[in-house]
Amino acid sequence: MHRSTRSQGRLAATAGISILALSLSACGGGSNDQGEGEGTSDEPITLTVATFNDFGYTEELLAQYTEEHPNVTVEQTVAARSEDARTNLTTKLAAGGAGLADVEAIEIDWMPELSQYPDLFEDLADPEVEGRWVDWKVEQGTANGKLIGYGTDIGPEAICYRQDLFEEAGLPSEPAEVAELLGGEDATWDDYFAAGEEFVKGSDAAWYDVGTSIYQGMVNQVEAAYENTDGTPIPLADNSQVQDLFETVTAQNEAGLSAGLEQWSDDWNAGFQKDAFATMLCPAWMTGPIESNSGGIDGWNIADVFPGGGGNWGGSFLTVPASGENVEAAKELAKWLTAPEQQTTAFENAGTFPSQIEAQESDTVQSFTNEFMNGAPVGEIFTNRAANIEVNPYKGPNYFSIHTTVQDAILRVEVAKSDEPDASWEKALSAYDELGL
Amino acid sequence: MAALTTTESETGSAPPAARPPRKVGFSQKLSRWDVKVSPYLYISPFFILFGLTGLFPLAYTAVVSVYDWNLLGGQGDFVGLQNYVDVLNQPTFWKSLVNTFSIFLLSAVPQVIIAITLAALLDQNLRNATFWRMGVLVPYVVAPIAVSLIFGRLFADQFGLINGFLGVLGLDPVGWHSDRFASHIAIASMVNYRWTGYNTLIFLAAMQAVPRDLYEAATIDGAGRVRQFFSVTVPQIRATIIFVVITASIGGLQIFDEVKLYDVYGQGGSDRQWMTTVLFLYETAWGNQRDLGRAAAVAWMLFLIILVIGFINFKFSTRIASSGPKAPKVSRAVTRRLLAEARSAGAESAARRGDQQSTTTTDTTDRSDS
Repeated sequence: MHRSTRSQGRLAATAGISILALSLSACGGGSNDQGEGEGTSDEPITLTVATFNDFGYTEELLAQYTEEHPNVTVEQTVAARSEDARTNLTTKLAAGGAGLADVEAIEIDWMPELSQYPDLFEDLADPEVEGRWVDWKVEQGTANGKLIGYGTDIGPEAICYRQDLFEEAGLPSEPAEVAELLGGEDATWDDYFAAGEEFVKGSDAAWYDVGTSIYQGMVNQVEAAYENTDGTPIPLADNSQVQDLFETVTAQNEAGLSAGLEQWSDDWNAGFQKDAFATMLCPAWMTGPIESNSGGIDGWNIADVFPGGGGNWGGSFLTVPASGENVEAAKELAKWLTAPEQQTTAFENAGTFPSQIEAQESDTVQSFTNEFMNGAPVGEIFTNRAANIEVNPYKGPNYFSIHTTVQDAILRVEVAKSDEPDASWEKALSAYDELGL
Repeated sequence: MAALTTTESETGSAPPAARPPRKVGFSQKLSRWDVKVSPYLYISPFFILFGLTGLFPLAYTAVVSVYDWNLLGGQGDFVGLQNYVDVLNQPTFWKSLVNTFSIFLLSAVPQVIIAITLAALLDQNLRNATFWRMGVLVPYVVAPIAVSLIFGRLFADQFGLINGFLGVLGLDPVGWHSDRFASHIAIASMVNYRWTGYNTLIFLAAMQAVPRDLYEAATIDGAGRVRQFFSVTVPQIRATIIFVVITASIGGLQIFDEVKLYDVYGQGGSDRQWMTTVLFLYETAWGNQRDLGRAAAVAWMLFLIILVIGFINFKFSTRIASSGPKAPKVSRAVTRRLLAEARSAGAESAARRGDQQSTTTTDTTDRSDS
């Protein structure tokens, strides 16, 4: 009797202790075995690539890598929206890197924030890749003298427009004529807005989708919009340059040029079908969303022109998080994926315009036309637009936060229609204060 | 027993000799520990798990909330309560609290009323009862993201289905994303769509347990369906109603999915028309402020708010649960005073009549009857 009680007690003690030990070990785990899986070894490994939207990395393209590197299987996870990818990346980086993909794609707008912590990423510098990209793309991917991102695509902007709506409104509608209408080589924003006023007189449609996209195009032409080049934020209340842009954009809304459709919203998607607007600022990758939203509408075309000189909107990088298990193999893969040949294939697949000089100059890209855009020679147009980009805008660690406060201010005026421009600007100032920069 | 007595008498007579120290065997020691410790070990899994998943995060959040703490940069300087002050000074925080309560009320109240009505209908003798009963649960199975996508289309401002209908009827379109109250209604409708069926089934389960003879008796007494519902069903399922109200309010204060997915940016609107407190917390930590310290402060304040609401709910629910036909409440002090009076009265009369016991008894009985 007594005996059995004791042995039960022992059993209980062992059970309790082992549970304790288990839970403790669950907490303490997670250290990485470094140095394992060299790029050259033949050990079979699986590499993961995390991208968003559509990078043009199809199954076939990834299978091609396996053909060349038989020991490597590549798996891709695709986030539907870049915001999701950003949250996923930053959260996991903050948690020490557990669960990150071997190759993580990042968007140019989050680059400034991440480049504050270059230690989190592998240095990708390699003699093999020198001279591969346009200069400013390399500059954007470099943090503290360390190359942390291989450039994928860039977003040189042109103007996409609805040829049929232009005709109905009695405006010239051929791409060359439209480019001339918008000011040709020396196009300014004023030209663009003036043409818009002309257009809305003769049409029910608005001139462009929403002021935030116009504002985005404008801000990308400002050298240092929100922060001084040393990274210190410019207080929004003193930032007359940004205030001017804000006022310009909201004034166009009052003139009836904006359709007031927040980008990527359901209304915006539906707006393509409803002839809601006639033009859009059109970074190369935007041709994809336009096509997918415009089922049954076939009047789109592209004019080789952009107000205020050239402009770049978006574009991405491939990085290799330092916490990964197969960093060498991952670097190899990232290098391969951003090589001119693969980037050319990606351009054909998803319209992501290459940042690689060789790819831009290749015949495939130069002769590439977009069926949906009435056969516009997109390869030629975007190469031309990319050559016109003069400013590589400085975007510091607070770019994203401040940019959002101004965009919200525009949305309040145009989409929510809840505030007059002045009141909305005041709210933006108080939102800026809340950021506590 | 006899032996023991002898020993006692012996020690009693002789001077107390130093007793040899009792040697306790290890096995005996073990068995003593066994008695003392093993019960705790048996229940330890719960406490370990609770400590790891509940207590530790709570305490750690409190630590984070008094530091500057960037998501990527990690721990910074100690700032004391500055984070709390900062958050309380942000108009957005207060706006988010108002939004949370507004959406909570707009969802919880109709939800409980509709659920209980549906449950009462399903409790009748229906054909294919199981089909209908499972039917109400279908929305609950739909993933929140799908609900948001569908309702996003319905509630789109310019080209949405609902505004389309309103246009056909000749009414002005509603700014589902621009008007603050309208956006709350839209979000509450998503919540209601998803959770009403779930609550209906809980109510239904409780109603099924109500004895049928109560209804028979009520029918014989001439009570109609409606009267039966209010006078039999509702009182009988009171405990379930309390449960549903409490879970609904906790869920309501934590609402996040529907709000986050209501528009593309997930920031609660350009004027933060529908930003709830949890979304504010998320935005503070992972969004534009990237300040985990402040987010931790928000988390703690939310925790305190939920505690307060929970306490109010608890008070409210115990009152309902213990209410019903019973004697009016008399405080203990009053009872004591009455008893003392009774005793002294009894003592007096006893002194007068010399019959203590009978008087006291009658006296107390009188009191308790009154």
